Amino acid sequence: MVPLSYYLVLSGILFACGVTGFLIKRNIITIFMSIELMLNGVNLSFVAFAAQWHALSGQVFVFFVMVVAAAESAVGLAIIIAVYRTRETLNVDRVNLLKL
Amino acid sequence: MTPNLHLWLIPVLPLVGAAVNGLFGKRFSRQTVSAIALGFCGAAFVMALWIAAQISSLALPHVELLAPWIRAGDFQVDFAFYLDQLSLVMLLVVTGVGFLIHIYSVGYMREEGGFYRFFSYLNLFMFFMLTLVLASNYLLMFIGWEGVGLASYLLIGFWFTKDSAASAGKKAFIVNRIGDFGFLIALFLMIKHFGSLNFVQVFRIVGGMPAEVAGAGLLTAIGLLLMVGAAGKSAQLPLYVWLPDAMEGPTPVSALIHAATMVTAGVYMVARSHVVFDRAPQALMVVAIVGTLTALFAATIGICQTDIKKVLAYSTISQLGYMFMACGVAAYSAGIFHLMTHAFFKGLLFLAAGSVIHAVGGEQDMRRMGGLRHHIPWTFWTMTAATFAIAGFPPFAGFFSKDAILWRAYVSPYGSWVYWLIGVFTAFITSFYMFRLWFLTFFGEYRGEVAAGHGDDHMQVVSGSRAGAPAPHQHGHGGIHESPKVMLVPLVILAVLSICGGWVGSERFDKFLSPALHAGVTAYSPDEAAAATPAPEPKEQGGSESLLTGISVLAAASGLFLAWLLYYRRPQLPQEIARALGSFYEAVVHKYYVDEIYAAVFVKPLIDGSTRILWHGIDRDVIDATLDNSAEGAREVSDAMRHMQSGNLRSYAGWIAAGAAVVIAYMIWTGTR
Repeated sequence: MVPLSYYLVLSGILFACGVTGFLIKRNIITIFMSIELMLNGVNLSFVAFAAQWHALSGQVFVFFVMVVAAAESAVGLAIIIAVYRTRETLNVDRVNLLKL
Repeated sequence: MTPNLHLWLIPVLPLVGAAVNGLFGKRFSRQTVSAIALGFCGAAFVMALWIAAQISSLALPHVELLAPWIRAGDFQVDFAFYLDQLSLVMLLVVTGVGFLIHIYSVGYMREEGGFYRFFSYLNLFMFFMLTLVLASNYLLMFIGWEGVGLASYLLIGFWFTKDSAASAGKKAFIVNRIGDFGFLIALFLMIKHFGSLNFVQVFRIVGGMPAEVAGAGLLTAIGLLLMVGAAGKSAQLPLYVWLPDAMEGPTPVSALIHAATMVTAGVYMVARSHVVFDRAPQALMVVAIVGTLTALFAATIGICQTDIKKVLAYSTISQLGYMFMACGVAAYSAGIFHLMTHAFFKGLLFLAAGSVIHAVGGEQDMRRMGGLRHHIPWTFWTMTAATFAIAGFPPFAGFFSKDAILWRAYVSPYGSWVYWLIGVFTAFITSFYMFRLWFLTFFGEYRGEVAAGHGDDHMQVVSGSRAGAPAPHQHGHGGIHESPKVMLVPLVILAVLSICGGWVGSERFDKFLSPALHAGVTAYSPDEAAAATPAPEPKEQGGSESLLTGISVLAAASGLFLAWLLYYRRPQLPQEIARALGSFYEAVVHKYYVDEIYAAVFVKPLIDGSTRILWHGIDRDVIDATLDNSAEGAREVSDAMRHMQSGNLRSYAGWIAAGAAVVIAYMIWTGTR
């Protein structure tokens, strides 16, 4: 059996990749994908723990997260389309109407 | 039960006058204002006379409850009035002399701005003074006490555009506060230990206490604190400094408030509290010593003053010293007797001085007067009566009262020949400076600028500055002239009183007052009467009394002679003497530098301390600085924080990540510990 720590390290790596992408990428779609990556990194640790402790609640949680993530992607993509239509760009640095 | 006397009307009548004149007086003509002021004040006088007329049918002391005031548990204070022989005498003096001075003021203030204001204040003063005199408890008395202080402040600063008048008013008010502080603490002690401020109850409790012969105790403390209050109000050492400055007020004010009535409130209060003082010999001794020293001290200053009103002011302080000397040897009736005669002759002296000032067009310096007796004969003769009265020549009023005080100071069980000796010496000085004033003003050559005939230019200038009105008495019709009749009538009446006022005799006066002043002891505590009776038991009899009287008359006569020699016969001699005395003379001229010492010891440190520590140190550097710096700090912090809100999405994400990293690091750190 694969030890728990492997899953956790992988989960951490995924999450860190997500954070990094979120911070350094300018394309809003990439940022969006990075968020998904972070969510799935967390999901991975949830299921890993669930398997380890034979607890169902971890897996239930993951389903919830996936549902929320799906809803979020739907809304998020709609926003992205709206942004693109008005500003004709996907670069977040140029979506800066609120900037000082 | 005696009939309802409606005592409350006596103080309230002048209050109504003050309110009417104060609120609507601006629209009234001067005649209306005078009529209102005189009417209400006169009505109070008539009421006092009406009460005096039925004195024999009254059961004194008579207490009249008007309304409850403070009820707190067992402690209660009422609006109630108390009439006994002592307050009756005060009542007659205050309303009588007050009414005469009101009449005089109509003439004196005729040319002044703020006519209605003046009379409103004057009536207000009468209200508070009568409240003080009629109060049946210490708290109501204190209301009157503070109120007369207020009226005094308002009237001293009547010409408020003049800087010296405004600051003299402030000085009087502040110095009085020091005295009132003592009075107030005495009241607190009474509340704490007796649970009451009512005269009847307090005196009943005190009457049951033994005299504090062996050591000082509660009664001594109360007595001394009351004396502090009295010293403030009655201008005794060391709080007398405000009274000479108070002469900045109009002359009728000086006569009414700062000679005849208000300043005697302290004497009245000590006499009223005699039950306390009788049982506190140490406090009594302090009263006597303060009075004696003040009498001498102020009299010596009076010698060298050149301002006619300042001489009278120091003379007032000195005479008040006599009254305290009398109270201090438990001869309260002699003190009150002198209070009464003093009200007559000192009121008259001030009014006559006002008439002189009026005559010479606002000049107050006696060195620029002289030879006035032919020009203003009425003023001259009335002032002569008052001068002889204050100097103590028989049969003038001052002779009887002063003689009674000196005699009692000598024979009273609390007395001593020292008091008597200083008293006689002071009588000599009094006679000297009063006749100095008399000779300088009325005899010799007129030394003023030749204002007499063609002083019109000068007067024009002064009346041009009427708004400031520093010199109230200049008016167009130049030349030395006698005052109008409305001013002379009060002078004549007071002159008659100054001559005859003492004929009642101190014995009869003493007997009249004794229910209020002596019997109190026996009535409140029969057992203690023997131990604490204030009735003097003469050490010597008959012959020595006339001897002492003879000596004091001799002192007065030698004062007259010396003044005649120096200021009439050989007018150059005073300068030579002054030169011979050198620095001592300088010190006396500068009033022993008391004002300067007070300024250096109390006023300057207070101002410096307030400026440096309280204002600069605490207010500016701590309180203001805290506020300013915290506002500045908040501004700077927000200025820094503002840059976080860049609107840049990725920087927000970075902050979130950093925050999360910090939280995780913290959790790991606490988890591993």
